[in-house]
Amino acid sequence: MAHVTIKGLHKHFGAVHVVKGIDLAIADGEFAVLVGPSGCGKSTLLRTIAGLETASEGTIEIGGRTVNDMRPRDRDVAMVFQDYALYPHMTVAENIGFGLRARNFPKPEIETRVRRAAKMLNIEQFLDRLPRQLSGGQRQRVAIGRAIVRNPQIFLFDEPLSNLDAQLRDEMRSEIKRLHQELGATMIYVTHDQIEAMTLADRIVLMNAGQIEQSGSPLELYERPRTRFVAGFLGSPKINFIRATLAEPGIVFTDGQTLPLPESAINRYKNHLGKAVVFGIRPQHIDRSGIGRTASITSRIDLVQPTGARTYVTFAIGGEPVMAELDAHDAGKPGDELKVAFDLDHFILIEPENGNVL
Amino acid sequence: MTRGSFTRANIARTLLLGGFMLFTFAPLYWMFITSIKPSDDYLAVPPVWFPTEPTILHYTAALFAYRGFDGLINSIIISLAATLLSTGLGTLMAYSLARFNTGGQHLSFWVLSQRFLPPIATVLPIFLIYRALGLHDTHFGLIIAYTVFTLPVTVWMMFAYFRQMPKSLEEAALVDGCTRWQSLWRVAIPLAAPGIVAAAVFAFIACWTEFFFALILTSRTAFTLPTVFRAFLGFQGAQYGEASALSMVSLVPSIILGILVQRHLVRGLTLGAVRG
Repeated sequence: MAHVTIKGLHKHFGAVHVVKGIDLAIADGEFAVLVGPSGCGKSTLLRTIAGLETASEGTIEIGGRTVNDMRPRDRDVAMVFQDYALYPHMTVAENIGFGLRARNFPKPEIETRVRRAAKMLNIEQFLDRLPRQLSGGQRQRVAIGRAIVRNPQIFLFDEPLSNLDAQLRDEMRSEIKRLHQELGATMIYVTHDQIEAMTLADRIVLMNAGQIEQSGSPLELYERPRTRFVAGFLGSPKINFIRATLAEPGIVFTDGQTLPLPESAINRYKNHLGKAVVFGIRPQHIDRSGIGRTASITSRIDLVQPTGARTYVTFAIGGEPVMAELDAHDAGKPGDELKVAFDLDHFILIEPENGNVL
Repeated sequence: MTRGSFTRANIARTLLLGGFMLFTFAPLYWMFITSIKPSDDYLAVPPVWFPTEPTILHYTAALFAYRGFDGLINSIIISLAATLLSTGLGTLMAYSLARFNTGGQHLSFWVLSQRFLPPIATVLPIFLIYRALGLHDTHFGLIIAYTVFTLPVTVWMMFAYFRQMPKSLEEAALVDGCTRWQSLWRVAIPLAAPGIVAAAVFAFIACWTEFFFALILTSRTAFTLPTVFRAFLGFQGAQYGEASALSMVSLVPSIILGILVQRHLVRGLTLGAVRG
């Protein structure tokens, strides 16, 4: 168990600047999820922590020791790869015990440890099989077993679930979360899937274009995003962004409809009065039940997508599509006139030029 | 006979395969028959399809009077040594090219480009160098030469093999606790075994059948099997029996090799290593 401290980390691949100055401290026992769109540098950051890439600039400390010049084997980290990377010529037991053999552990100890890890992951019955005789989910378990058997200071996961089908992914996600609770180890997990990030993380580190966009607890990022990018990345269905102007009575949309703002909000944003803003609100905060109590908007339904309990309804405000998550039995049908209320306890205003949340 | 065994497709298939068998085995058959025919029967008209009095005289003459046996031993030593060196070095070179991009794009192509050079262009300089260094007519000299000639191809075969091998396997080994050498030895090499076997077979066959360099670079000591055949073509005619007998002998190691490695030549060990 150990904490990880990264200071001023840069990584260049030739002329390409992939990681652009990362400062990050991950506490002992924390489950940190690096999330972001593909190409944002999250995998490179993880591989640099593992020692599979060298840092161009900056330092990485694991448990207080600077590891920049250490070989991967000396960093005491374990890594689970996206493609599992099981050794195809070894049985499951040999795969799991490989790291211990490479470190010259005594045979009986290897055997007990392999057995214990296999038991934890429910793969005891496969110990004599070769990886190609296993299903995707079982292979993923072996890959995780190979990591936990060594009892390393840090676990690194590089998009471990992205090759699994949806159902298996949910199952393995809970498994990994349970493992973290049982082992209490520091885990750093890379994914591009925001659901994985939200469900697993103690802390989400949201990356974009080689930099950290925002880092904090899942709810913090979800409820108080600092930039348009963060607001747009987390949450499903995606948050709505609607162009508007901030005026004395409230938010004025391009079609002229106005949402009157409460006094407190007007005061908060008074420096921006008269300016163009982007109004951001999540589909969950647009509803019919609030009509009468809070500000409402009228439009016409374009699209209806039922999902079971809730139905996603798309309509337009000033020509821009807006999605609301409505009760399944009260959604209406395309062409209907729609009146919805906006929950003004949950909205954000964004500066259009730089994307910062006001 | 089941119904349908005389369909047109079946007849065509049988004829085609039969023709191909004939094409493949007829020369072998004729070679074998010639090797046990008395000399008078070589060119007899009508041809002698099977000699009434088979003889092993041609074998003993080719092997001992013409020193075919010494040539066989030399060929085995030189081909095996060159094959081992070439596949060993080639595998390491290819690994370096594939994993560390050693020498950029150009080095790997330069390696292959060595094969573009016609052998005739290099044989005289090599001959002179060998004379000066005392390598002429030595096993060692020919082993070096054959290693160098086969390296470009073994390197390229292994280069292709390592490049398609997922990098994450070795990375997993590195994180698991291996040094680079250990990850090569315990993970990459075992997985590359089918490729190594294929490269070795290729190198061995190239060495085993090489004639030109052996002719120029050896004389009485390190001469190889192919060079012995020179002696069978004289001014007064050809010794078909001896030539055929020695050809039969030269086939034996290739056939043994073929049987030994057939199993390993099947690729697919890496299947199932990654993905679901």
